[in-house]
Amino acid sequence: MSGKPRLTYCNGRGRMEPVRWLLAAAGVEFEEVFLETREQYEKLIKDGVLMFQQVPLVEIDGMKMVQTRAILSYIAGKYNLYGKDLKERALIDMYVEGITDLMQMILVFPFSPPEAKEKNLDSIKDRAINRYFPVFEKVLKHSQDFLVGNKFSWADVQLIEAILAVEEKIPAVLSGFPQLQAFKIRMSNMPTIKKFLQPGSPRKPPPDECYIETVLKIFKK
Amino acid sequence: MAGKLKLYYFDGRGKMESIRWLLAAAGVEFEEEFLETREQYEKLLQGGSLLFQQVPMVEIDGMKMVQSRAILSYIAAKYNLYGKDLKERALIDMYVGGTDDLMGFILMFPFLSAEDKEKQRAVIVQKATSRYFPAYEKVLKDRGQDFLVGNNFSWADVHLLEAILMVEEKKSDVLSGFPQLQAFKARISSIPTIKKFLEPGSQRKPVPDDKYVETVRRVLRMYYDIKAN
Repeated sequence: MSGKPRLTYCNGRGRMEPVRWLLAAAGVEFEEVFLETREQYEKLIKDGVLMFQQVPLVEIDGMKMVQTRAILSYIAGKYNLYGKDLKERALIDMYVEGITDLMQMILVFPFSPPEAKEKNLDSIKDRAINRYFPVFEKVLKHSQDFLVGNKFSWADVQLIEAILAVEEKIPAVLSGFPQLQAFKIRMSNMPTIKKFLQPGSPRKPPPDECYIETVLKIFKK
Repeated sequence: MAGKLKLYYFDGRGKMESIRWLLAAAGVEFEEEFLETREQYEKLLQGGSLLFQQVPMVEIDGMKMVQSRAILSYIAAKYNLYGKDLKERALIDMYVGGTDDLMGFILMFPFLSAEDKEKQRAVIVQKATSRYFPAYEKVLKDRGQDFLVGNNFSWADVHLLEAILMVEEKKSDVLSGFPQLQAFKARISSIPTIKKFLEPGSQRKPVPDDKYVETVRRVLRMYYDIKAN
């Protein structure tokens, strides 16, 4: 048994992608087990490793962790990406939760029916441009390189992930946000993130038909 | 800077109730401002108090905090209800994630049509009895301790009690297959701060009614249909 964290999920982004980002940003190597069949999933449940019968599952430091937020908080705490005190942690939590709300819209998008897709895309664009990006544009205007405490944190990783995910859907989305544009470049050049953005990293591509089919097959109710 | 602790939300449970529970469990007094009109909400928006234009919002220690999870984590840590180290915190976060998902099925219940309500009631009971309650029953059984994590009362215990009571409101005998949870419920309910919160006259809010739904729709201009998940 290696000491590396082990991630169990489908071979795609979904709810595991923020975990991959955070581990990569922290420079932590990890292994992955990909769910491909319903039988694999049912075996995990039968073996009692999924506390609420759900993935993501991350085996780390002797724990079988589920619940994405819990996993991310643990990693952030362990690798010093959670601010220096309670108040910085509060800011990081607030920013991460807001970004997660935006990412949630992107998460469910591939599974929405074709007739709803255009409306959902408009909602994503509206929320990004009118609710979320202005907040971080303002924060960055008053801070230095990073969102919280002038130090790289989980909030920065979550934001760069979200920016790139939204840009995949709406390429010109950053056009009114010069601070975010500069932030995007700065983050992308950080060595661990730069490595994660290169081909061959554990980063997963945007969901495609095959991924959607696999997910529906494995988790059909 | 200490000062007043003030909650901004509707006069009802929603996403603020878990925060009321946690503050009450910690023995912390708080004020509340209830949103009743659209104008009040717009005033908060224009004043820049709502980071993502949403409530809950809690004024605490000089911050205007939003995002209920962030608020709850801050309160838990501040009042020593978050375990003694990173691993205990991880367990608490996992357990709270589960009860949060369970309560999520109940959160939109008041906004559903009568027909969808019946369907959703069945979903809530099914999820509680086949997914969530067995998980916590097992934790309590395996550990044989009074509390879910470590040997101390924590946020996870408060959140689980809140979830149990909410599901019981939908089906009163839902705990019948879960002896550990029954004992847990009795134990945690008798903790002095919780006992006080469960008595009439506390800041605990009642089961949401049509008036509450109307208020939320009016203040947020949320007139679209809500579907069950």
